[in-house]
Amino acid sequence: MNKPSKVIVFQLNEEQYGVDITQVISIEKLTEITKVPKTSDFIKGIINIRGEITPIIDLKDRLQIGRSEYTDDTRVLIVQMNDVQVGLIVDSASDVIDIDEGSIDPPPKVIGGVSETFIIGVAKLKERLLILLDMEHVLDLDEVNEIKSVTNES
Amino acid sequence: METNQYIEVFLDESREHLQAVNDHLLELEKQPEDTSIVGEIFRSAHTLKGMAATMGFEDISSLTHKMENVLDLIRNDQLVVTTELIDITFNCLETLEEMVESIAEGGDGKKDVSDLVNQLEAIEKGEQPASKESENSSNTVETVTALEVDEYQKTVMDQAKEQGFQSFQVTVTLNEDCMLKQARVFMVFEVLEDLGEVIKTVPSVEELEEEQFDHHFSVLLLTKEEAEEIRSKVMKISEIKQVDLSPFSDRKIEKQENNQKEGTQKEKTQPEKSENNKQQSQKKQAQSKSIRVNIERIDRLMNLFEEVVIDRGRLEDISRKIGHNELIETVEHMSRVSKDMQNMMLTMRMVPIEQVFNRFPRMIRGLAKDLDKKIELEISGAETELDRTVIDEIGDPLVHLIRNSVDHGIESPQERSAKGKPEEGHLQLTAYHNGNHVYIEIEDDGAGINREKVESKAIKNGILTEEEAEKLTDEEVYPLIFSSGFSTAEQVSDISGRGVGLDVVKNTIESLGGQIFITSTPDQGSKFTIQLPLTLSILSAMLVNVQKETYAIPLSFIEETVMLKNDEKMFVNGQAVMDFRGKVVPLVSIQTIFEVPQNIEQNDKQDEAVVVVKKGDKLTGLVVDNFMGQKEVVLKSLGNYFKDVFAISGATILGDGSISLIIDPNALMKG
Repeated sequence: MNKPSKVIVFQLNEEQYGVDITQVISIEKLTEITKVPKTSDFIKGIINIRGEITPIIDLKDRLQIGRSEYTDDTRVLIVQMNDVQVGLIVDSASDVIDIDEGSIDPPPKVIGGVSETFIIGVAKLKERLLILLDMEHVLDLDEVNEIKSVTNES
Repeated sequence: METNQYIEVFLDESREHLQAVNDHLLELEKQPEDTSIVGEIFRSAHTLKGMAATMGFEDISSLTHKMENVLDLIRNDQLVVTTELIDITFNCLETLEEMVESIAEGGDGKKDVSDLVNQLEAIEKGEQPASKESENSSNTVETVTALEVDEYQKTVMDQAKEQGFQSFQVTVTLNEDCMLKQARVFMVFEVLEDLGEVIKTVPSVEELEEEQFDHHFSVLLLTKEEAEEIRSKVMKISEIKQVDLSPFSDRKIEKQENNQKEGTQKEKTQPEKSENNKQQSQKKQAQSKSIRVNIERIDRLMNLFEEVVIDRGRLEDISRKIGHNELIETVEHMSRVSKDMQNMMLTMRMVPIEQVFNRFPRMIRGLAKDLDKKIELEISGAETELDRTVIDEIGDPLVHLIRNSVDHGIESPQERSAKGKPEEGHLQLTAYHNGNHVYIEIEDDGAGINREKVESKAIKNGILTEEEAEKLTDEEVYPLIFSSGFSTAEQVSDISGRGVGLDVVKNTIESLGGQIFITSTPDQGSKFTIQLPLTLSILSAMLVNVQKETYAIPLSFIEETVMLKNDEKMFVNGQAVMDFRGKVVPLVSIQTIFEVPQNIEQNDKQDEAVVVVKKGDKLTGLVVDNFMGQKEVVLKSLGNYFKDVFAISGATILGDGSISLIIDPNALMKG
């Protein structure tokens, strides 16, 4: 697994998370979301990013650690993964930092309520811990569709 | 040798030439005496040979070479056109097509052609001495090709002579296996122009550039260099086999004229040759008015233009809000211009359906032969234009339907005469525009669809129960043949009848946003009508409000909009229905279907806004809150992330930058 060296730091609840900067296209303010009926709960709908229809995911909902309340600080991280452009709702996006590869530990079982399957590792910074998310897994289409088919059947 | 960059051109042109051969062969079969048709075929085969050899596809070139030999015999009246001969040529053509397609798919285009080559050789040998003679004669013509100079060139030469220049006729012969003749020619010219001045070439420069020569060409060169010097310099270029130099003088012209008078054969062949050239150059002129553009580029242009359409909508909104007169005028003008542009852009993507129809005459011919049936195919409206994407997709469904008609529809000649119909079956293929749609009809005068067979099969497959079957009308029974696993043919033939075809046909057509209808009368024939949208990406839609959300419904589905009074709404078995011009139409509430949250308080509303949508003969009323008006919208896919969202065909960006979903009424139809 590629350990990121430059990461974008964002906040979910009280925890700080990081995502590899090369996977992020841009950070946007939240605009009005158009709902798409009959899709998974964590897919909030679609927004228009410069003419591109972009699906929006509530990252907290996806990681099963609650739901986002939209505030002025709420941001949308536009990430690109395997030709799919997706927006992730986060509480705030604060920083870009460099991470030394040596400071990254393998993921513990559960951290901050997020299960290990979504985590690449945990970076130890001076005074805090940074959870590095595995975007490929967060956006995994098969898993998403699995969840979707379950919700469709019910 | 790097030839990849030419592959696409090669493929395109090969297909064109194969199509031309195909068309002319069919013509030839009807009028075997017409040798001018043979000439056309010969030319196409010849070009094909040349191109294939250049690209290094030897099997194609060797096969076309043999075809050429045979065709040449026919052209020179040494061979009579027979059905067998045409059959073999068709076989060759098929093989060639397979090879070209294999190259298109990244293969090497290799195929065992020895069988066909042998067959062709056998035909050729039937007239062996004659063929040799003709080959000989053509050889003599080629070697004697001398340069003729016109008055102007003569003066130039005379002047040059005074200044100490010598004139040479340089004949360069390239290696037989030379791949990029054009490149070699270019190199030769570069060397020659270094040494002196080229004042004439045979064949012409244009022809040389297009590689329309065998392996040698001649140049009239004015130079101060010695003959040996020139020869050695040209020979340094690789893939040059031979360079002949001879001093050029007026005497030679005279001699050549004498030559021509002496050799009757030459006289005979040469005019023909020049005639060929003339025709070719005429053809060239006609072609030069169009250019090949990669479809990807047009798609990209289209994408960019979609952005403009979105911004146009936005500007219209803004200017209306601001209410500044000059701004409104300017925006309106821009709207008009961009609408014209939009139309132009759409027509750029349009291709005549001829491309698809073209392959059918031969297919029908083959099928009829295999099945021992007599079939006449009539095509009309081949010039009807359709979006390129649709053209690419519609071929296979049509093939299926036509095979179906030929196999199951049209009866054998015996059956037909027993029924009192003419022995020859009639298949009509029609395409035409109507409103925002293109229609393609396939009509046969065969046995029609056997209702009982369809019913019993449907019951067997568990699609219908017997009680249901009795209630259905013919129009409701026929579409059952499009369900999967359905084949009513008693015998499975290799042409059709495996029951995999028709459901695929229906799916493909629906995925293109089209629909298919059947009408059929027993013993009189059946008609399949395919309705296709003109364009796929920009569509007219009706915008409607559901609570706070905006949805778009494609206009092509909309029959009418109605304001429904509350007391006009009725219930049948718990299903809300309305009376629409004497028809009972089921009502579907968008709000319920899409689970739109209730945001706006409903104050005992009097009327309900209903959009009546239509699919085939079925009508359904979609209940919405408000009509917002009609708009051109750009269909955008929801992307891969959403797969198969129920009843949503895509999204579009509105004037204010917000997104609205486009409803796919097909999925909301209630039976």
